[in-house]
Amino acid sequence: MIAVIDYKAGNLASVARALRHLGHECRVTHDPDEIRRADRIVFPGVGAAEKAMADLRALGLDEVLREACRAGTPLLGICLGTQIIFEHSEEGGVDCLGLLPGVVRRFPSPLFDGDVRLKIPHMGWNTVRWRKTHPVFAGMDPGAAFYFVHSYYPDPADPDLVVGETDYGRTFAAAVARGRLVAVQFHPEKSGRPGLRILDNFCRWG
Amino acid sequence: MLTKRIIPCLDVRDGRTTKGIKFKNNVDIGDPVAMARFYYEAGADELVFYDITASSDHRGIMIDVVRRTAEEIFIPFSVGGGIRTVDDMRAVLLAGAEKVSVNTAAVQNPQIIDEGARAFGSQCIVVGMDVKRVERSARIPSGYEIVIHGGRTYMGIDALEWAREAESRGAGEICLNSIDADGTQEGYEMTLTRLVTDAVNIPVIASGGAGRPEHLADVLTEAGADAALIASMTHYGTYTVAEIKNELHRRGIPVRLQW
Repeated sequence: MIAVIDYKAGNLASVARALRHLGHECRVTHDPDEIRRADRIVFPGVGAAEKAMADLRALGLDEVLREACRAGTPLLGICLGTQIIFEHSEEGGVDCLGLLPGVVRRFPSPLFDGDVRLKIPHMGWNTVRWRKTHPVFAGMDPGAAFYFVHSYYPDPADPDLVVGETDYGRTFAAAVARGRLVAVQFHPEKSGRPGLRILDNFCRWG
Repeated sequence: MLTKRIIPCLDVRDGRTTKGIKFKNNVDIGDPVAMARFYYEAGADELVFYDITASSDHRGIMIDVVRRTAEEIFIPFSVGGGIRTVDDMRAVLLAGAEKVSVNTAAVQNPQIIDEGARAFGSQCIVVGMDVKRVERSARIPSGYEIVIHGGRTYMGIDALEWAREAESRGAGEICLNSIDADGTQEGYEMTLTRLVTDAVNIPVIASGGAGRPEHLADVLTEAGADAALIASMTHYGTYTVAEIKNELHRRGIPVRLQW
């Protein structure tokens, strides 16, 4: 069973709908025991890091996620979920789960690409430059675009964590992985076929 | 590179799409869910449902359309029309829409933008603006005025002032509809779009007047729009989304070419 972590952060139903569409059973849950028993964990999220961390702590899920990570349960972070996996976020200056080394930074304002001023949030479809192969990102065409909505981006302390990177006024880590943990800044559940492929790959990852 | 978005808009009344649409495939042209699926397959980057249901008794039907659509398409879509309260927003978002669009209600009660952004995040809140060209005046220095009721009621608010206010209240995006250009198929309102894209630092979706791919090219480059709403030019089968994107790509405009 796949647990989709429910910590009141945004539209979790869309991730669950995409998984079910792919034929993978999942449960949207904040029950620690259910999450401990899960074969895989999807950790989505939309919203602010500070509030999300507070909600996770209040539900006791910060420790459950750390345990699951130590136990080697495959875990997929999405958007805010990805940001919270790192050590610290500039959003609200909050300490996060620290499952991966690095921090989450705000896009500087003003942000430029050449002499074009870029808008914040980074919202819409952008491509990912794949730096290495990974089973969860198997079959990705270099031209495939993914749907992003974010004002903060992950900045891993170890460049070796970066599987794919994206340019938006600067280059940031759009996909990271270490061991049984993978995390993406974009929304695979809203990124058409390439996004569904990533979710499906994750669910079949041996 | 961030791509420019092409967004088909579907008008829905009492759970049915209202414009007759000449798709060649076996698409039920009256069924908004089938239409959404068609556009998802055809490479639309996002979709907008505009609910023009007159009777509030029938509003629940739209929620059902949203729920069924969310199970079948995996790109963002938004819902506008008749959204008046935070509860209306919640119902649409819980049913599976990515964003909600507020228009008249925001003009009449701007606080709804703040409340929506606080409750669901700015990225969910699109402020739809209907705008008409008027004489420049002390009250309307840009010469573009906010209207409601399909352009029948002038609100005495300058479009640029309203765009800035919407941004400062927490709107994540502006959908800018020119009543003058709407339905003409002669091109977007370029001057208005340029003024608004210069006035705010949130994405602006240009709406009204698209008839040919070059209209999108113009509004996405010269007028600085981030996305372009289309309706008739693809609904009636004159162009496909792929044809439009290929033309934009040929002109060097970044678009999503694989789906």
